[in-house]
Amino acid sequence: MNEGDSIPELKVTPDKYLPHRYAGASGDFNPIHVDPELAREVGLPGNILHGLYSMAQVARANTAAAGGDPRSLKRLEVQFRGMGVPEQEITVSGTVKEVKEGRVVVETVAEQGGKRIIRNAEAELEPR
Amino acid sequence: MPVDDSAKGKTFPAHEYEVGREKIREFAHAVSEDNPVYFDRQAAKDAGFRDVPAPPMFAVVYSAGAMRPAILDPEVGINFMAMVHGGQEFVWGEPVCSGDTISTTAVVKDISERGGMGFYVFESVSTNSDGQEVVRATWTNIVRGG
Repeated sequence: MNEGDSIPELKVTPDKYLPHRYAGASGDFNPIHVDPELAREVGLPGNILHGLYSMAQVARANTAAAGGDPRSLKRLEVQFRGMGVPEQEITVSGTVKEVKEGRVVVETVAEQGGKRIIRNAEAELEPR
Repeated sequence: MPVDDSAKGKTFPAHEYEVGREKIREFAHAVSEDNPVYFDRQAAKDAGFRDVPAPPMFAVVYSAGAMRPAILDPEVGINFMAMVHGGQEFVWGEPVCSGDTISTTAVVKDISERGGMGFYVFESVSTNSDGQEVVRATWTNIVRGG
């Protein structure tokens, strides 16, 4: 991985019931993620994805770029902006910003329907 | 309305979480991880792990027991109906594997106000039973209207 390189794009489409499975797996049952009616009552388009689910897709794209070993991912920082929704494709892309002493810094973004749902994401990788 | 920052520096009791293989499998499936090390003990051992490792973002699972009381604490005073998860950072150390007991402590790192919004920043540190740090996390929650 060299400065300026793009990492392979990751595409994933969370299905209708993904927020429910992620709620069970993570323990976060905030109604805005699992109850479409309540979500609409508070002004959302429907139940929305957990930000940390979307962050997990950014983690996956970066780990894959480093060769797939989970020990390669040393740090990940993200900002959540906008909101992700089920049943629409998410694309994670990134560019190598810096390579220093075996550590690779990647700037990453997650987009859905032309909107950035995660921005200013910075990953530090140690490819193995 | 100024934000009440009196809970800044408050720490919360350590929370212990015992990591299980089926919970790792469930989480890995939910986030579309497909690396066999998360599902197959032999594949994990062949890759040099003691047992099936947790995906990096499994940090959410073992940190939750420490973070939930911190975020819900009345002294911190977050208005949940107006709260959004603004940002998140994880710094990973020693890998977490099935069979590990992870202890997590949380602290209110900062409470501040910018542009009419309240910023509530928590830090959590998770260690394994050998005292090795497995994750240091920063959780930023933003409350509209302070």
